[in-house]
Amino acid sequence: MQQLLFAIFTMIGGVLACVVYFFGTNWLLDKLFPSKGLVGAEASRNLRLTNAIRPWLFMAPALCALAIYLVYPVFESVRLSFLDRSGRQFVGFSNYVWMLGDGEFRQSIFNNFLWLLVVPALSTFFGLVIAALTDRIWWGNIAKTLIFMPMAISFVGAAVIWKFVYDYRSEGSEQIGILNAVVVAFGGAPEAWMTIPFWNNFFLMVILIWIQTGFAMVILSAALRGIPEETIEAAVIDGANGVQIFFKIMVPQIWGTIAVVWTTITILVLKVFDIVLAMTNGQWQTQVLANLMFDWMFRGGGDFGRGASIAVVIMILVVPIMIWNIRNATKEMER
Amino acid sequence: MTATSRSPLIIVVHLSVLLIVALWTLPTAGLLISSLRDKDQLAVSGWWTALSTSAQNMTGRAASPETQVERDGKFVISGNLLERDNARVSAFGVRPMQPAAFKAGTAADIGDGQTLTVAEDGNYEIVSPTKMEGTRGQRIFYTATVPPRFTLDNYREVLSAAGIGSSFINSLTVAVPATIIPILVAAFCAYALAWMPFPGRAILIAVVVGLLVVPLQMSLIPLLRLYNGVGAFLGVPAKTYVGIWLAHMGFGLPLAIYLLRNYMAGLPREIMESARVDGASDFDIFVKIILPLSFPALASFAIFQFLWTWNDLLVAMVFLGTGNDELVLTGRLVNLLGSRGGNWEILTASAFITIVVPLIVFFSLQRYLVRGLLAGSVKGG
Repeated sequence: MQQLLFAIFTMIGGVLACVVYFFGTNWLLDKLFPSKGLVGAEASRNLRLTNAIRPWLFMAPALCALAIYLVYPVFESVRLSFLDRSGRQFVGFSNYVWMLGDGEFRQSIFNNFLWLLVVPALSTFFGLVIAALTDRIWWGNIAKTLIFMPMAISFVGAAVIWKFVYDYRSEGSEQIGILNAVVVAFGGAPEAWMTIPFWNNFFLMVILIWIQTGFAMVILSAALRGIPEETIEAAVIDGANGVQIFFKIMVPQIWGTIAVVWTTITILVLKVFDIVLAMTNGQWQTQVLANLMFDWMFRGGGDFGRGASIAVVIMILVVPIMIWNIRNATKEMER
Repeated sequence: MTATSRSPLIIVVHLSVLLIVALWTLPTAGLLISSLRDKDQLAVSGWWTALSTSAQNMTGRAASPETQVERDGKFVISGNLLERDNARVSAFGVRPMQPAAFKAGTAADIGDGQTLTVAEDGNYEIVSPTKMEGTRGQRIFYTATVPPRFTLDNYREVLSAAGIGSSFINSLTVAVPATIIPILVAAFCAYALAWMPFPGRAILIAVVVGLLVVPLQMSLIPLLRLYNGVGAFLGVPAKTYVGIWLAHMGFGLPLAIYLLRNYMAGLPREIMESARVDGASDFDIFVKIILPLSFPALASFAIFQFLWTWNDLLVAMVFLGTGNDELVLTGRLVNLLGSRGGNWEILTASAFITIVVPLIVFFSLQRYLVRGLLAGSVKGG
């Protein structure tokens, strides 16, 4: 309780500090270079100065935070990836060479590519189909809310939920995990799903698909509604059936949004960590890059060199999407 | 489409959406129902049987022959098999291969002229014409039927014993300031990027868009070293709440600035121009006009940031300690998965406490969440 009070006080303090900073600097700027009441060359000079300085005053706190927490670490991580485990000795490319020869790393890369292939594709596909279906029925909004709900659940909470679904009891005793119960009901033998190499990756992916489909659905549903009615009416008049309208008229018009959803989920997949940590911690060949990186950060007192080099690999995988995003955003602004 | 060709199709749509919704909600429903069940029932039967009476095969042992009493010239051992009052015995037996050979209430001949009777309420009686020997009681196999039982005991237990209660407060401590503090910082920056012309603005916007997708993993090690260094320099612990608040602020800012800038840039230019004509400065325009108008975008961001900080595991694991007064809910849940992996009554109740706050936020503020998602993503396409 005491710490909650402390938190609330800090919060109020933090907000007050922001207010004081913004009001204070703004007031100071107006005092130093007054433009009201003055006329002529001095007034216009002061006005120009304040207009040049004020944006930077407005942005300074945010830019500082971004610089410390995101920009500097990117360069520092790259630098650390060329240093040894404690970050003192320069070791050249040996962290990267180690990586190429390490079985666990290769396993992680392989698994990450599996995730990249499966999760964005299925989430987007399900999201699109569900968006199209729910738009036609009167209780569609209720259905959407329920499918969107997992979005609010933490990855760890989702891991517990699904661990319960996958729960395994030895053959003969009653299964309390619903998946094994269904398998047994259809006459199969119960399996410890998490321990079947290769396929267990897919059981982990199901969790992320379960979470992300709602996201894809919400955005694609909005995009579908933005499609001009006339195009669909024209197709109906031409005698197209529902499936044709969906795939040949509606989907091509929202390619841009589909790409955005796809790339957003791709970024998320590259960073997936909590699910693997909570479900298997990389055992039974389910390791992924983010979890491996976390592992090396603390393994045996922490190997910062190897940890940083794995982080750099994740970053490199993100860069193409980053460039694509920046180009899109720039285009958007020029419009 | 005509009405006749339409109706079977629409039924298919209804059914498939129903199926999908069921698939999507069943896992969570299972967790919630399980967390409310009696822990002995939870361990032996699936949650979908929660409403039906469950039958369990049990083994018990009658009291030892030393307790026999003589009644009407016969020797009798009696007692009760059931540990709980609301259970019922439906059948019993004395051989492991035939655990349900006799119906409850009937007398079973168990050799040597002895008879065993087990009543429905669990009372048993062994009657023998001669004095019984030995010290070990007769083994009795029986089928107990237990009526469904729902309880809050699991929640009571995890809130006090498993440390979930204190972790709940820790999570709040992390999430609330980490949500509120960045809002003003981001709003001022977003306004400058949206409406104040200055050289390099386009580049800064591009940088923010780029930072949106920088993986957290890049930041962890440098920041951990930085925190350790600052901690050692100032003589304070490296892992503090202040540290994690600032970290969450830093990681949340790109999204905040991006969302708010997009929203503010969409506001009508005329409002600002007429205010400027009236002699208002940029500061006045921002505080008195833009900030109130941007409330929906601010709310969207606040919801995102709250969900993200509450649900975060990685940042908390790196920048916050693991003591009882610092471990957040997600971290506690991971620990419980390791240490109490088989105790589903603990895990389900803990998990539900972990997800209940985000779910409340989600269901009450869904409108803003959707709006924020759309502002953040659709624009790019």
